[in-house]
Amino acid sequence: MSSAFLQYLFSGLTIGSIYALAGLGFSIIYNASHVINFAQGEFIMIGAMATVSLTGLGLPLAAAIALAVAATVLVGAAVARFAIMPARGASPVTLIIITIGTSVFLRGAAQVLWGKGYHALPSFSGDTPFVVMGATLLPQSLWVLGTTLAVIAGLGWFFGRTLYGKAMLATSCNRLAAQLVGIRVSGVLLAAFALAALLGAVGGIVMTPITFTSSEAGIMLGLKGFSAAVLGGLGNGAGAILGGLIVGVAEAMSAGYLSSAYKEATAFAIILFVLLFMPRGLLGQPGSERV
Amino acid sequence: MSVLSSAVTAAFGGVLAVLLSFTGSGALASGAVAETIKIGSFLSVTGGASFLGDPEKKTLELEIAAINRQGGINGRLLDLVVYDDGGAADKAASFVKRLIESDQVDVLVGGSTTATTMAAVPLAEKAGIPLVSLAGAVVIVEPVKTWVFKTPHTDRLAAEKIFEDLRKRGLLKIGLISEDAGFGKSGHDQSLLVARNFGIEIAADEVYSAKDPDTTAQLTKIRNTPGVAALFNFGFGQGPAVVTRNVRQLGLTVPFYQSHGVASKAFIALVGAAGEGIRLPASALAVAGQLPDGDPQKPVVLRFQQAYAEAYKTEASTFAGYAYDALHMVVEAAGRAGGVDKAKLRDELERTKNFVGTTGVFTMSPSDHMGLSLSSFHLVEIKNGDWVLLD
Repeated sequence: MSSAFLQYLFSGLTIGSIYALAGLGFSIIYNASHVINFAQGEFIMIGAMATVSLTGLGLPLAAAIALAVAATVLVGAAVARFAIMPARGASPVTLIIITIGTSVFLRGAAQVLWGKGYHALPSFSGDTPFVVMGATLLPQSLWVLGTTLAVIAGLGWFFGRTLYGKAMLATSCNRLAAQLVGIRVSGVLLAAFALAALLGAVGGIVMTPITFTSSEAGIMLGLKGFSAAVLGGLGNGAGAILGGLIVGVAEAMSAGYLSSAYKEATAFAIILFVLLFMPRGLLGQPGSERV
Repeated sequence: MSVLSSAVTAAFGGVLAVLLSFTGSGALASGAVAETIKIGSFLSVTGGASFLGDPEKKTLELEIAAINRQGGINGRLLDLVVYDDGGAADKAASFVKRLIESDQVDVLVGGSTTATTMAAVPLAEKAGIPLVSLAGAVVIVEPVKTWVFKTPHTDRLAAEKIFEDLRKRGLLKIGLISEDAGFGKSGHDQSLLVARNFGIEIAADEVYSAKDPDTTAQLTKIRNTPGVAALFNFGFGQGPAVVTRNVRQLGLTVPFYQSHGVASKAFIALVGAAGEGIRLPASALAVAGQLPDGDPQKPVVLRFQQAYAEAYKTEASTFAGYAYDALHMVVEAAGRAGGVDKAKLRDELERTKNFVGTTGVFTMSPSDHMGLSLSSFHLVEIKNGDWVLLD
């Protein structure tokens, strides 16, 4: 294995993890409401920008992160409460359009609040890269990979072991039946948005030392996260992670071995190809459509 | 829901009120003082190029207020009409149409980017109205267009400045990494074009997209290209910051050059220690304090910097300087033309000679509508978080 290959793999996995974290948020909200939340990228941006501005105020990094995550969760809950729930009976397409409007609103608000410049966060544990067989890996990449693993484990526990998580899954499978057995389904939507915002914020914060952030950062991350979620199979958490990693590694490999001009195109070509033959994505359930 | 909708209505009302007051004051001003000179501007105040348009708009407002306080040009006050095109070429075109037809401005200043400028060029040419662009690419003034001028250095000039230094240091084989669109693309094409004149070989040629969060793959390819003695990155915004960080991560130690697209303190703040040792061409504004006392630009840039910092509490970027130069060049030309007859104003713009701006000393001619030479660029190096003048 050449050092160049290893380097492409490292950068692909790092960036892929970032896409995966972004994609997970799409899946969770899709499960709870069959809405594709195009404001997911803005949750990522808000988490990152809030952390930057709070550390700028002199807060220690850990406190700034905690506050920024809490703030993003509040924003997520507010989006569900004030933008999605009032339009309850509307079709998913209408709700999707509402989320696009929400994303434009959040982006604009962030521009007014934080300005239009680019911002950086210091790396959590230094900038000295590890050298592995001639390829280099930043400590922050390990933070991103570790966070992704922790999030996967946490979500697995939440949906598999806790009553509330199971209630959310039940609501996504059959809303009416869930309601009949006594689950408060309106609370589930709120919780899904709060959880997606939490994931977005955490992802945004750990990736910022690598990618920088700005009030516009959510657009690209939202798009890539959505691609990851669709590739893996919308609504499937493991699929979103797999999708994110595939997109990330494919981008890095194509930049390395083909031409960097095709870097973005390769990822989208893979997605198109997969969806052509597997319309539900790699891990999507071939289940029946509700009428 | 009702709370939300009323909030939305209130917001809409607010926007409408602002718009109305804008057009209202414009109409009043032109009614009361018939002799105002109307400057129409279209800038990318929001969107991806807002770091250009935002300081440009602030500069125009600041300087026009200052000129009006001193009694305007030959007793005629200046009136600024400015629209935000958000960086979109189609919007720029419709705003320029509005500026020409309904606002009936005397001269156009803008746009912030090459794309928005090029959308406006045919309209200005057709209407016969002078346009001074604040964008970089060489296509704006080459071939020369009758009514179109520009104030920023071209990307070609930046490439030449860097290649000159490379040749001096004997680094003749380089790796180029550039953004795949807009400024970076144009800079890339110009670099390829002029490299041969300096005996420079571009051995590796890689690109990245504007929002690419990681360029280690591209840089690894450059690192593995045998004989690469220096690295040159052409782009602006987030991209060069990502490239800079990745260069340090990969432990690339060859001399590293950036374009004038990153000649702002914000870039140094963004990349921190990773930026140390980078060389780039910058205008006098970036190194105002370090200019020798005899430099004709020194008093101009120092005065502007001070005024800008007082008004906006931030440092005036190179981009703010482009707007300063365009406005004052127009003001001087209008003074010489004795009014704003469009054809006379155009002729006087073309006769601009030894105009000392922040970007350089301009001398226009019928074959050169930018009027800057290689000497208007200063080569700087980032040292201890600040620019250090090398020439």
